Amino acid sequence: MTYLLCIFMPLTGAAIAGLFGPWLKDRGAQVVTCGGMLISAGAGLIIFRDVALNHQPITVPIFTWMVSGGFEVDWALRFDALTAVMIVVVTVVSCAVHFYSIGYMHHDPSVPRFFAYLSLFTFFMLMLVTSDNFLQLFFGWEGVGLASYLLIGFWYEKPSANAAAIKAFLVNRVGDFGFALGILGTFLLFGTVEFDAVFGAVSGKASAQMEFLGGQYHAMTVLCLLLFVGAMGKSAQLGLHTWLPDAMEGPTPVSALIHAATMVTAGVFMVARLSPMFEYSPIALDVVCIVGASTAFFAATVGLCQNDIKRVIAFSTCSQLGYMFFACGVSAYAAGIFHLFTHAFFKALLFLGAGSVIHAMSSEQDMRNMGGIWKHIKFTYAMMWIGSLALAGVPFFAGYYSKDIVLESAFAANSGVGLYAFWLGIAAALMTAFYSWRLLFLTFHGEPRADEKTMAHVHESPKSMTIPLLVLATGAVFAGYVGYDNFVGGSMKEFWGNAIFVAPGHTALSDAHHVPGWVVHLPVIVGLVGIGLAYYFYIVRTDIPGAIAARAGWLYRFVYNKWYFDELYDALFVRPAKYLGHAFWKDGDGRLIDGLGPDGVAAAARYLAQRSSRLQSGYVYHYAFAMLIGVAGLVTFYLFVRAG
Amino acid sequence: MFEIGLSHYLSVAAILFTLGIFGIFLNRKNVIIILMSVELILLAVNINLVAFSVFLQDLTGQVFAMLVLTVAAAEAAIGLAIIVVYFRNRGSIAVEDINLMKG
Repeated sequence: MTYLLCIFMPLTGAAIAGLFGPWLKDRGAQVVTCGGMLISAGAGLIIFRDVALNHQPITVPIFTWMVSGGFEVDWALRFDALTAVMIVVVTVVSCAVHFYSIGYMHHDPSVPRFFAYLSLFTFFMLMLVTSDNFLQLFFGWEGVGLASYLLIGFWYEKPSANAAAIKAFLVNRVGDFGFALGILGTFLLFGTVEFDAVFGAVSGKASAQMEFLGGQYHAMTVLCLLLFVGAMGKSAQLGLHTWLPDAMEGPTPVSALIHAATMVTAGVFMVARLSPMFEYSPIALDVVCIVGASTAFFAATVGLCQNDIKRVIAFSTCSQLGYMFFACGVSAYAAGIFHLFTHAFFKALLFLGAGSVIHAMSSEQDMRNMGGIWKHIKFTYAMMWIGSLALAGVPFFAGYYSKDIVLESAFAANSGVGLYAFWLGIAAALMTAFYSWRLLFLTFHGEPRADEKTMAHVHESPKSMTIPLLVLATGAVFAGYVGYDNFVGGSMKEFWGNAIFVAPGHTALSDAHHVPGWVVHLPVIVGLVGIGLAYYFYIVRTDIPGAIAARAGWLYRFVYNKWYFDELYDALFVRPAKYLGHAFWKDGDGRLIDGLGPDGVAAAARYLAQRSSRLQSGYVYHYAFAMLIGVAGLVTFYLFVRAG
Repeated sequence: MFEIGLSHYLSVAAILFTLGIFGIFLNRKNVIIILMSVELILLAVNINLVAFSVFLQDLTGQVFAMLVLTVAAAEAAIGLAIIVVYFRNRGSIAVEDINLMKG
């Protein structure tokens, strides 16, 4: 019962708020959805205690979804340690975001719609993490994609929001294409899509071959790479990351919930969930590791130069997701999930804090127009500090534990890709600390750069917004310390049970506890160096950033424009597609089909009718003449042909 | 003197018929003339019917002639009525002016 309550309360809330929104009014919709989320979060914590802490994995069957020949799919909710962790993250953060939205969205004209979408998203995310087979996973996967689309485009009167929503949807479609192929390939190879059946059969198929694009390849590698393409799309990894910064067009609570804490981590969850498959493909693991590390580095560099407060945090999210992936890539899935867990709290905190800043600054998002407001919004300022400290991995905050174990695992993997990930991760950690404090200093310190009207208006957010911040801040401070032992420490094996599979030879995570001292301390040191640099650049010598940007102009522009990925894709895909579409539209449809079809037939009929109407002269004697000729013709015919 | 036979009657009918036809086509002035020409054609047909009726000793033909006469009378009445109305509406019944049906 607890299990069903946890999953279906958000759906109930979404349905009620969505269908009866106009009658419930804002307040009713808030009560329904927030109440549902509160129940769901409570149930989620109970589930976490039962399933994860007391080690009682359980599968709750609901009903058979479809049977077609040998293809049978059930609806079933699978609860194991991995799912339990995700459920806690999703329900708690979602609950906080729901309550936060009451305050943040209270000016908005369509509050019930917003809450319905938010709850619907939560339901799909829970479906995703509790899925018992690939198809159910895909259902949740597409569901969160849909909810993300709806929420990015929530302010549909803004053209940029619509464009961002469509971009998010389309880029995800690329990933989903790979994901769908991976699922089909899995069914082809195993004859089933049930997780348990597939995972049980993996070792038997470890060296199976598969035909793909006309060549024979190692089946597991092909499948895992295809599935990973899906994960890349959802988790905004290098190459398919372009939608995430644009997704910041949505309301800030949405960015916190979907584009920081939960949906974008679905890719990491999927890789961890499918660890029994990935473990049998060293190549796929290396790819995961390289892509993750490259993303962590790339996104951190871009984060250095962004001016939009939400975009900085968005690139930081992208970068942290890279950490999670390269942890998975060195078989330290538990470390990746641990980082996911802590990251959810402090990143949601940062986003909601940024939302609070934006709220205070009358919807200003550009940090160049902020500054000097820390005295006016002390609480938000403190929350942002906590979030940034956790993000930068300063000791004893949540991020310290998880980021360190991720980096130590990468080092302990003792392989080329592991070291690649480790050094890029260290570099990214330096930049992370730098841009986090750049954000803090630009936003809160220095001379006020906003106009006087805005400055006079700066105010602390209402209780409904500050209390969720406090909840998340608690998580951001303690989640790492509390979770360390269970997630990646001594009781790791009992905690995870069978949820995560690591092949016997892959010992990166257990070796991570025995790395040299400098590896342990390096992330903290570079983090502090980054903070110091930011202090020097943005408080002591505020002329330096401008000088550097002017001196290394091309480098600055390269980074500022996000390595020109958008421009590259625009030239490679968007423009040709647009050109092709335009050609099909104008020439194919307009000229060919319409020209020969409806328009052509109509024009021909018109032309012939016009020509034949000329025969009508209107003079009576012409008609009489025609009649006589007719009579004569008929008589002649009768006399000479029929009778004769 | 020569006997007036069937062929004479037919000749007269043919001449009348031809006159009627030409009356329709060569007339460029008045619609009433077209109406009169139609009467001529019907008359020619009547003469044919009566002539054949006598020649073939069959009264059916003369019965038909009577029918044609009534139809012709009705047609003339309706035709003239139409012409009167037309003249009132358009102020002219010159053949050249009546081409409202021109495509």
